[in-house]
Amino acid sequence: MKYNDTLIDNILYKRIILLLSRFGALSMQVIDKNANKSYEQELANFEQKIADEQKIEPSDWMPEAYRKNVIRQMSQHAHSEIIGMQPEGNWLTRAPSLRRKAILLSKVQDEAGHGLYLYSATETLGINRSEMIAALQSGEAKYAQIFNYPTLTWADVGAIGWLVDGAAIVNQISLQRTSYGPYARSMVRICKEESFHQRQGYEALYAMAHGTPVQKQMAQDALNRIWWPSLMMFGPHDADSAHSSQSMAWKIKRISNDELRQSFIDQSVPQIEVLGLEMPDPEIKWNEERGHYDSGEINWQEFKEVVNGAGPCNYQRIKHHKNAHQEGEWVREAVRSYKEKRAKKQNETAA
Amino acid sequence: MIDTFVIHEQKPLYRFILALADDSLTLSHRLAQWCSNGPYLEEDIALSNVALDYIGRARMFYQYAAKLEDKGRTEDDLAYLRNEREFTNLLIHELPKGDFAFTMVRQFFVDVFYNLYLEELLKSSDENVVAIAAKSIKETRYHLKRSKPWIRQLAEGTEESRQRILNALEELKDFVGELFEMPTWEQELCDAGIAPDRSALQQPWDDYVQKFLAISDIDYHDTVLRIRGGRDGIHTEHLGHMLCDMQFLQRSHPNMQW
Repeated sequence: MKYNDTLIDNILYKRIILLLSRFGALSMQVIDKNANKSYEQELANFEQKIADEQKIEPSDWMPEAYRKNVIRQMSQHAHSEIIGMQPEGNWLTRAPSLRRKAILLSKVQDEAGHGLYLYSATETLGINRSEMIAALQSGEAKYAQIFNYPTLTWADVGAIGWLVDGAAIVNQISLQRTSYGPYARSMVRICKEESFHQRQGYEALYAMAHGTPVQKQMAQDALNRIWWPSLMMFGPHDADSAHSSQSMAWKIKRISNDELRQSFIDQSVPQIEVLGLEMPDPEIKWNEERGHYDSGEINWQEFKEVVNGAGPCNYQRIKHHKNAHQEGEWVREAVRSYKEKRAKKQNETAA
Repeated sequence: MIDTFVIHEQKPLYRFILALADDSLTLSHRLAQWCSNGPYLEEDIALSNVALDYIGRARMFYQYAAKLEDKGRTEDDLAYLRNEREFTNLLIHELPKGDFAFTMVRQFFVDVFYNLYLEELLKSSDENVVAIAAKSIKETRYHLKRSKPWIRQLAEGTEESRQRILNALEELKDFVGELFEMPTWEQELCDAGIAPDRSALQQPWDDYVQKFLAISDIDYHDTVLRIRGGRDGIHTEHLGHMLCDMQFLQRSHPNMQW
């Protein structure tokens, strides 16, 4: 049997990169032709594109601050997918039925796929995956604060699928219109899978909420604990958000934190009613005048603490990531060495 | 009541299908443990994929076994409510995941085995078995395409990676023989045209594995039957811990729908 020694996955990975930069290749020629343009002209051109709702592609000229801002947001998104594998992975070996186990494993695998896809898309901005991983491990890059909470019961897995993926979808649908082309396109694909995740989570929780009293109690407990950190996923209030205004101006971000959070609350409340569970926030109440649900104030102190490293699982999540990475070092070293030896052999044969 | 008695009382076809289900379930459990622990993100994805293939296979076999048993039990009853001595997987599938070299050598071994075995299973006179084999063999062919390059890269990579491969080969060698063992009840199914003859696969397996390892300058011996017992419910100490983990919710909250 003949086969290719190169890892199939690596080929796939390169294809993704190629695909992502395909759009940029066209504009590369434009850049070459106009190499002498002044900074002001380039900036005006860039801003015009943003105003015209055109996508910025990898080889387009862009202000350094835009590049950094998109790298920050995209890599943070990729890291969230990767770290998010841990709390759900915590239940992979304990899922209560074969069907649930298969669904959970494919969901966690999807998250890994999203992470890979997003890392690749971020690489089009001139940073590589190792650099991004180093930034994650040093704490310089962030990930969604929600994953610093533990998954204590099986109901947590359902609640995460429903609420956390649900919150992610609300955010990501708006990001399908983000100004950076590869990011916008990756969101289209990722959103499709996330809605499957949300449905499976809701269905798992629904089964428990309509099960025995013990199961219903587990479902209520999970909702009570995961609700608030899910609301925090949208970030600080608009007035307090450090990156928001510039991101909105560059159309990296399309809808504000508070608006997104409100639409998440509005979509979730009827879902809680269908589950037959009690509201996790006693202040949730329909406001006829606003046409939205009112709700209680988020504990921003807790948000700050968790974002800055003091959540219940911050240390554990990064330690797990570092350990897995370090334990895999001998494998990566072996792959490098094998490739070098093969290349050397081929050179000798050629000579 | 002695559980081995129960196993021996089982009708051969049910026992056969249930054993194949246990093989797939235990291996999928080990593979799933790599999720978020792999040396590359790509490997997290790939090993999860293989694990998913084996969960799918386990479910098809359990569903068929439940139908054969005809006592109203479900796939989940069979997976989650039997104890250590009732599981009849061959031992190689249940061994802890070990390091990446161990996982890949085990996978290479079972991939070579299932490429041979499923090919024979396709010839079964039982159409349910044939349907499962037909779906599974496509997956298994792909699994082998992935495990082979890993064995070569690690065996010919660094001194350390080669040593880890050699250690894994050494640790696994005693568990290979059981793959080719044909107990009387399975032989009866074989005579009836339902089950493949495992013993006939040993020579082709040895040839394939030895030839492949020789490329990396590894001299691998012929298979000898050493540690056995899985099909009689005699396991390694590892299975009990796996079941504690796997069956925890079903055991602590019995008779509930999830």
